[in-house]
Amino acid sequence: MNIQSSADIVLVRQAVRQWAVDLGFSLVDQTKIVTAASELARNTLDYGGGGTVKLEALQEGIRPGLRLTFEDAGPGIPDIDLALKDGFTTGNGLGMGLGGSKRLVNEFNIVSRVGEGTCITITKWK
Amino acid sequence: MHLSGKSKISEILKNSQSQLLTDWLSEQMAAGIRKDLIKESILREECREFLELLSQAVQQGDGTDIHSFQWESVRDMLTSISRSRTQKGFSPSETAIFVFSLKQPFFNRLRSELAQDSEALIDEIWLVTTLLDKLGLWTTEMYQKVREEVIMRQQEELLELSTPVVKLWDGILALPIIGTLDSARTQIVMESLLQKIVETGSEVAIIDITGVPTVDTLTAQHLLKTVTAARLMGADCILSGIRPQIAQTIVYLGVDLADVVTKASLADAFTLALKRTGATISRSQTRS
Amino acid sequence: MERIPILQMGEFLLVTIQVDMHDRLAMTLQDDLTNRIIQSSARGVLIDISALEIVDSFIGRILGNIAKMSQILDAKTVVVGMQPAVAITLVELGLSLTGVRTALNVEKGMVLLRKSLAAAPRESIDGDAEV
Repeated sequence: MNIQSSADIVLVRQAVRQWAVDLGFSLVDQTKIVTAASELARNTLDYGGGGTVKLEALQEGIRPGLRLTFEDAGPGIPDIDLALKDGFTTGNGLGMGLGGSKRLVNEFNIVSRVGEGTCITITKWK
Repeated sequence: MHLSGKSKISEILKNSQSQLLTDWLSEQMAAGIRKDLIKESILREECREFLELLSQAVQQGDGTDIHSFQWESVRDMLTSISRSRTQKGFSPSETAIFVFSLKQPFFNRLRSELAQDSEALIDEIWLVTTLLDKLGLWTTEMYQKVREEVIMRQQEELLELSTPVVKLWDGILALPIIGTLDSARTQIVMESLLQKIVETGSEVAIIDITGVPTVDTLTAQHLLKTVTAARLMGADCILSGIRPQIAQTIVYLGVDLADVVTKASLADAFTLALKRTGATISRSQTRS
Repeated sequence: MERIPILQMGEFLLVTIQVDMHDRLAMTLQDDLTNRIIQSSARGVLIDISALEIVDSFIGRILGNIAKMSQILDAKTVVVGMQPAVAITLVELGLSLTGVRTALNVEKGMVLLRKSLAAAPRESIDGDAEV
């Protein structure tokens, strides 16, 4: 899915919500993954200059999972550890929401290169 | 040499199916099929269907990869047999016998058809053996998978049942927790408490941990998160029944309970809760 | 353009957020609310989020802003009806929503507003306390 405007963020939320419902996630887990998606989509738009998100349904034994991959070709994050700390902000606001989003999901992977872009992959298992 | 539409096995499946079926059934009877758990007519139908699907799969492709697309209907059929056997109460072996008992009938037929060609006989026997082994293992795996699903579902139901939230008074809820809190249980308990808060519109929730022997960091953090969440919603929590050992553990673990109101006993917590909600208790005067 | 309706209930304003707000809508709400508070000399604002299934850091910021702006305009804000799943997620996210008072529902929110207004009455020009 494309993330090029704030209307897209709403669409991403709706799509992730639908997938989570279809995979049988509990209400709390649904809320967590959709919120994380919202945070990361917003980051992609505000800090990455727009990008894409890929949704994947996974299966590990009997457990279903949902994987979201956010990619942008923006300025990249110079200090990832710092960005993951709570309260970190470069703009005027509550910050990148990365540390918080990490706690909402089971797996969190981030690859970022200055000048090239950022790729964040999150996975939530049922 | 591999299994294909041209091999003897495929021929036997095409031409001698009913003979195979009869032999197979008597083989299963001899192996001690649970007649009390499954009717013979149903078993016969299952066997017939399996042979039919097996025949088709063998015609279409080679038998070395039972996970390929051509074997899908065979796999599905075995999965559904595993599922029904699990529900009926069969053991894993009893379920796998369904497939393994097909070997002997096959050997018998192969022996009679290839009596003159011992080379081919050995090859075909080997092919049948490996094929049925794979299918038998698949059946067992599916059996285990279904069992796991059932156990997980039962665990979830048990967790939900063992976390009661009680209404003590108008606007006051109590959650007496008994036993050790593990991560999963704590989450469910907390979610149900918050849900009850919304449903009853209670502004005070007393979490009583008198019956909890030990608390680890994760549980203490969950408790804290619940209190914070309740506050975000517009309600307040009082923690009661903290035993000296738990108090020590909490301090030792460095968990900060500064923000949370705690009371030694449920009774004290209740009194405080009443005050908070503006209620007063007065004793009725009796005429002497 | 779609707007979120603001209801006047006596000296309070009630805003019920029912849609998945996108940025422009949220900004419009902030503006509308600020104007309305001034227009009506409202003393309190109730924001009902019982229909909101997702509250991310953006919405959290908006709520915080509204609370701060209302404060400047001498009105108090109470956010009501937060869903349990939302509360749990916010705690995990680390959003503390400081400065935002909360209540379980609109009625309790009004009780809260009245209590805090009684404790801090507005002074009228001739010096008599006006509640």
